Amino acid sequence: MVPTDLRYTKDHEWVRIDGSRATIGITQYAAEQLGDIVFVELPDPGKALAQGAVFGVVESVKAVSDLFAPLSGAVVAANPDLAGEPELVNAAPYAAGWMLEVELGDPTELEGLLDPAAYDALIAEG
Amino acid sequence: MPYGPHTPADRARMLATIGIDSVDELFSDIPEGLRASPLDLPPPEPELELAARLEDLAGRNRVDLASFLGAGVYRHYSPAAIDQILLRGEWYTAYTPYQPEISQGTLQSIYEYESLMAELLGLDVVSASHYDGAAATAEAALMTCRATRRERVLVSRAVHRHYRETMATYFQGGGLDLEEIPLVAGGPAAGTTDLVALERLLADPSRPVAGVVAGQPNFLGLLEPMAEIGRLAHAAGALFVAVVEPVSLAVLAPPGAYGADIAAGEGQPLGIAPQYGGPYLGILASTDALVRQIPGRLVGMTSDVDGKRAFVMTMRAREQDIRREKAASNICTNQALLALAASVYLALIGPHGLRDVAALGASRAAELERALAEIGVGRLHPGPYLNEFVIRVPDAPTVHRRLLDRGVLAGLVLAEAEPDDPSLADGLLVCATEVTTTDEIARFTAGLSDLLGDRPAVEIPSGRGAGRSAPGVASGTPR
Amino acid sequence: MSVTGSRLQPTIFEKSSPGRGGGKIPHPPNDALDRIPADARRSVPPALPEMNEPEVVRHYVNLSQLNYAVDTGFYPLGSCTMKWNPKLNEWAARLPGFAGLHPLAPDAIAQGTLQLLFELEAALAEISGMEAVTLQPAAGAQGELTGILMIRAYHRAHGDLERTEVLVPDSSHGTNPATATMAGFTTVTVPSAADGGVDLDAFRAALGPRTAAVMITNPSTLGLFEARIGELLDAVHGAGALAYMDGANLNAILGRFKPGEAGFDVMHFNVHKTFSTPHGGGGPGAGPVGVGSKLVPFLPGPRVLRAEDGGYRLERPAERPTSIGRLRAFVGNTGVLVRAYAYIRAHGGSGLREVSDDAVLAANYLKVRLAGTFDEPYGDRACKHEFVASAASLKKATGVRTLDIAKRLIDYGYHPPTIYFPLTVEEGMLIEPTETEPIETLDAFADALIAIAGEARSHPELVLEAPHATPVRRLDEATAARQPNLRWRPMAGAETPCPD
Repeated sequence: MVPTDLRYTKDHEWVRIDGSRATIGITQYAAEQLGDIVFVELPDPGKALAQGAVFGVVESVKAVSDLFAPLSGAVVAANPDLAGEPELVNAAPYAAGWMLEVELGDPTELEGLLDPAAYDALIAEG
Repeated sequence: MPYGPHTPADRARMLATIGIDSVDELFSDIPEGLRASPLDLPPPEPELELAARLEDLAGRNRVDLASFLGAGVYRHYSPAAIDQILLRGEWYTAYTPYQPEISQGTLQSIYEYESLMAELLGLDVVSASHYDGAAATAEAALMTCRATRRERVLVSRAVHRHYRETMATYFQGGGLDLEEIPLVAGGPAAGTTDLVALERLLADPSRPVAGVVAGQPNFLGLLEPMAEIGRLAHAAGALFVAVVEPVSLAVLAPPGAYGADIAAGEGQPLGIAPQYGGPYLGILASTDALVRQIPGRLVGMTSDVDGKRAFVMTMRAREQDIRREKAASNICTNQALLALAASVYLALIGPHGLRDVAALGASRAAELERALAEIGVGRLHPGPYLNEFVIRVPDAPTVHRRLLDRGVLAGLVLAEAEPDDPSLADGLLVCATEVTTTDEIARFTAGLSDLLGDRPAVEIPSGRGAGRSAPGVASGTPR
Repeated sequence: MSVTGSRLQPTIFEKSSPGRGGGKIPHPPNDALDRIPADARRSVPPALPEMNEPEVVRHYVNLSQLNYAVDTGFYPLGSCTMKWNPKLNEWAARLPGFAGLHPLAPDAIAQGTLQLLFELEAALAEISGMEAVTLQPAAGAQGELTGILMIRAYHRAHGDLERTEVLVPDSSHGTNPATATMAGFTTVTVPSAADGGVDLDAFRAALGPRTAAVMITNPSTLGLFEARIGELLDAVHGAGALAYMDGANLNAILGRFKPGEAGFDVMHFNVHKTFSTPHGGGGPGAGPVGVGSKLVPFLPGPRVLRAEDGGYRLERPAERPTSIGRLRAFVGNTGVLVRAYAYIRAHGGSGLREVSDDAVLAANYLKVRLAGTFDEPYGDRACKHEFVASAASLKKATGVRTLDIAKRLIDYGYHPPTIYFPLTVEEGMLIEPTETEPIETLDAFADALIAIAGEARSHPELVLEAPHATPVRRLDEATAARQPNLRWRPMAGAETPCPD
């Protein structure tokens, strides 16, 4: 079971809502699929995000994956620890391995996110 | 078939195991209308005959001339041990080291190559190799665009024409602009990159420049004000790419010392034979800041599960097999065996040996300049050079042909190589290296003197090289 | 017993000692560099190692022994065609007449090489059924770039500026989409059909006025011949696009299928695959490109031509303004091409056809021997020169993955096959025996794989912790990528223990 206080996307991102702000990362499933993560490329603060558009890249030893913005908004902060310790995404994908903090552009987009049960079902299908 | 092991009995056994009567059945899925017409090729030759054929072909080339031809590929002495090492099957018949446990030889040798070149270039990140100096320079130029997100690259006209042409080809796809920086026409800095023109090209705010590319020494053999070019580039927010010749780096300031962000160049002079064009060794290196932008393989040091030191290809996710359409470059096969040759060369020659190679070349080139001056043939440009320069010879193409008949390869005819530059119309680009002999120089000057007739000696400008780069003395002009 | 030697070596930097070496180059006069301006001079000499010849040679001999190579043993790397590298070819390339020739030498003194290149072009044109060939590209990937840039030039010459897409199947080699990007195109990836071949309907749907080219590997990266290739080529041309063939798998179809005859407009060859030139630890290779008549005007220059006096010459600058230009400084990886020439002349047409016959026979033999041991996703039809097996069921049953099987094969004395390529096969192994392996080797390899599958069930730790006998095992690739150590630095190097 994935954390129940988060919302999810079909591209295996999670979102934690806090008022008008959201924190974004990738799920444990995604991290496991990728293997040992070695590099995360994230946008700078101020950059605009469009829902569904690519906002960054996550690299493992043998794979690379685009990161898709689950919501529109503006980047407030990128996790500064990931530059030196990308393995935090494997170790603590929902906590220390967070990727972006964004200021939400369109709160109605939250309705389109998957709830924990729906995401669990998605990854069970494999 | 010369190398195939299968006897009719072997084939019969395989067919029986598969359960078919003829190998043709394995090709039955090729639509009938698309099956090939018979291969119309010369009949097969046993090794004895083929060897004779190859020797005959090789014998039709003339490689015994007194050669003063450089222009990007240089004659150097290659110590005998290099080829004997390279002929070990474990080196040349191994594949890309995808299974590191059984490729530590290749992997360590690449790491050592990266380290040797890093030291020579004064830069920290060296790719495991590119195809040749031209392709490496083109990739360097593309790197500047990716890293700065700008679309315009300036390249000095004194960078090898073939390198500029290759860059233009690589730029066809990208919607990028490649522009040439003109050269100084006259005076002490003639033949080098025009800094005033460069500054003007960099100044257009609506067309910001991603990278500035210049060579050291340049194609005409002259030394360029690299630090100043780098300063101008950086002041405009552009990256600086230095195109360099590796042997010269034993005695000339390396790119890292004068602020280059990226270095590209041709590694052929490091013990690799001319071979009529390749395979050569594309050198590409950058500062640490650009490590994620550098295309091609990288080998790094790590440890294994037991804590032992080991070497492995790393940062692989940048490459085409993983990044696919998002890869910085499509490069897959590189020039690994040539990087090994260069490493072995550097290990055998050592830093003092390399310095001697460069210094001897400089010495022989000065000898050549003096001998030519004595018969009335002078340099076209007055500035300092290392071991290559342009001489001015009336009707150079004809003179070159006649000298060829006399067994002298008198450098490169610039009227043919650089047809757009009228100042080079009478030019021959000549070089000397540590293998150039006094006898060869004598044959060159004797032949040239015969063809040109009696001419008064020309003066070699004095005061060059004693401190500053650009004294105000013009070169002697032959009558 | 390790399949390679085991004498790990310190780096050459750690073997250096000040004052060692020398004796190779005469000393220059003391004033040799006086005329070089001080501000252009290097102020600190490079810290290159100082070693004597015996230590250098021992270093590289010992390092070489840590490598597995074709000269060592069987190398069934799918898609790489690790066939025998003939020793005559090494001798030929080193003939002074070939090796010592400067690329800017006047045509008059380069007639031997020019003739060789001309004849090689003709041979490759005949083999591929193409109109003309360029030998310039330095590798298959550079050949791909050449081909796609020519296609781009072709469309632009016809005023067709809207063609911005290149279609590739999802099983394609990564160089294909990477090439498309370099040439300024967008890649459209088309899923394959269930039988592993191109999905014609999907391709037809993707083809249109924005399609510049389609890049197809045939046989595919799964080792299967595209039975629908005729219809695909018709569809491509019907949409006004051109068809590029990735010739990496040419070893399967020599004398059986000529891409140019069949309708491909352009293809590249990998001479370091099909034509036996050695891989060198990652290169050099060469990637000649063959074209049909549509693309001849756009070939890179200079071409090798017949001279009026019956000899040979290089095309002059600006002699053919429609050329896409040059991809490299000089005419080609000539040293590699000499080897390919020798290989083709040794075989002739009959020999080359036999090469493909035996390559395909050997692959099908192995496929049959391994059926039942591993999944064979496309096992119900004959393969060509390679086939894909999968450890998906084995993984489900035992937890042992293809990676582990590959590492265990090393303990059995073999280089593993290609693993996890193409990306479309789960736990895939791409096995290509080539035509130069004796049947005893094929049998022993099959037996080894069968034994390993058995070990996966009975003693899985043997497989999961393999390889056991190599000098280094299961490297930490994550740290290597996270904290790259890409060059020797005296302090950094000392942190990882130096082998004794």
